[in-house]
Amino acid sequence: MKYDLVVIGAGPAGMSAAIKAASHGATVAIVDENPAAGGKLLGQLYKEPKTGWWIGREVAKSLEEKVKRLGIDYFPENEVWAIFPQWKVLLNHGEELHTDYILLATGAAEKAIPVPGWTIPGVMSIGAAQVLNNFHRVNPGKRIAIIGIDALSLTVANELKLSGAQVIGIYLPPPDDFLDRISNPQQMIAYLSSLADAAPNHFLKFAGKVTQNEFIQKVSAAFYPYRGMKIWGIPLFLRKSILEIEGDKQAEQIKIAKISRDGLPEMESVKTIQVDCVCISGGLYPLSELASAAGCEFAYINELGGHIPLHSQEMETTQTGIFVAGNITGIEGAKIAMAQGELAGTVVSDRLGLLKSGTAIIKKAQARVEKARENALIKFQPDIEKGRELAVQFWDERT
Amino acid sequence: MRIKKHPILGKLEEKEINITFNGREFAALEGESIAAALLANHIRILSYTEKRQEPRGIYCGIGHCYECRVTVDGERSVRACITTVKDGMRIESQGESPK
Repeated sequence: MKYDLVVIGAGPAGMSAAIKAASHGATVAIVDENPAAGGKLLGQLYKEPKTGWWIGREVAKSLEEKVKRLGIDYFPENEVWAIFPQWKVLLNHGEELHTDYILLATGAAEKAIPVPGWTIPGVMSIGAAQVLNNFHRVNPGKRIAIIGIDALSLTVANELKLSGAQVIGIYLPPPDDFLDRISNPQQMIAYLSSLADAAPNHFLKFAGKVTQNEFIQKVSAAFYPYRGMKIWGIPLFLRKSILEIEGDKQAEQIKIAKISRDGLPEMESVKTIQVDCVCISGGLYPLSELASAAGCEFAYINELGGHIPLHSQEMETTQTGIFVAGNITGIEGAKIAMAQGELAGTVVSDRLGLLKSGTAIIKKAQARVEKARENALIKFQPDIEKGRELAVQFWDERT
Repeated sequence: MRIKKHPILGKLEEKEINITFNGREFAALEGESIAAALLANHIRILSYTEKRQEPRGIYCGIGHCYECRVTVDGERSVRACITTVKDGMRIESQGESPK
């Protein structure tokens, strides 16, 4: 089959791009390995200060309805197995999609924190817990502990509690040289403070304000109470680590220890606590294998979450005709992904000769991405602006 | 484990269907994943590893870690986290449990 544009990934970026291009008259296909359209939107649920609850599954549903209304060919439960120049997209059920333009909107995946016991049933990634809880409406557990303190884990903790599960605490990962940023109490406090002004809901805002207290900042983790603090009834422990998860057939208990000023566990303080579920939050990284397979050039930008395909201000990679949008370009929120998708869909429409005053329309779409960034409430990556500048710089240096 | 009433998302209204897991019949809701349906019935162990017979369940939830592989209507290694339940579906865990 021949299409003007093949979009890989039916999340906020991919669907927005497909809708934009199709509304300009392009023939578009979308491929996604999930049975449900929406990607990371499916689990999202948080309260926004001005507009009320952001219910990701409803946003996904309205995008999916537009996709259907515009006659876009949607291939759910299909995986891309290969991309050949220039361009042929092969799917695992045998379809061959031919196109001049591909958009890779493959999103992100979670980094693991391999705490001893992390493979025991009942231990899962924070994202899996979020989708089970908010999309499938099944509590991942009744007594849940969370490892890893970040914007996502704080938000999900709140969502779990809201739906009736008990979150017994949010803890640091075990101290580890590779995990210093997220396992060291002092660094954790600095990170939480950086979240304060951009917090998505009152929950995060509170977490941020507490740590912004000058006294706590200055004397930092040394005096931070072991007992933690409660946020909306959920204990947040900035000086306790989960060292191990135990259970014969499923997660039954966790071993926790106090963390000393220099970031080491105090072994005489080890305690055992009963749980039936442990959620691990290690942060997100861009999912970019397909861009790599297609020969796109990459850069490692820590501030964006990992390796990203180099791309122009028009979202095109170093491979002519292959575009990117959403979390594959760096870890940011769904609204930014949607704006990036619309930009990519606009640029492709222009290349196809479907726009009259393309340059002006593209400029507007670029401005909307910037606007979405300015208005972003959640900052998943503390230095995202620096990361974006580096991405632009790497692209400019190359060309 | 099911969240029948949610303060923001409201009541669960999906239609009930039947599935079997290792020969036992369970209720599932239309549109949910195999992993979600089994968890709602308090089933966490989806497979056992080949060498050491260690239990495994849902980990990543997005089809990447392959820890939730089950056999569905005779087809091996279907990912429970990204496969939707269907009425009458026969699901079996993979691998052998330790003796």
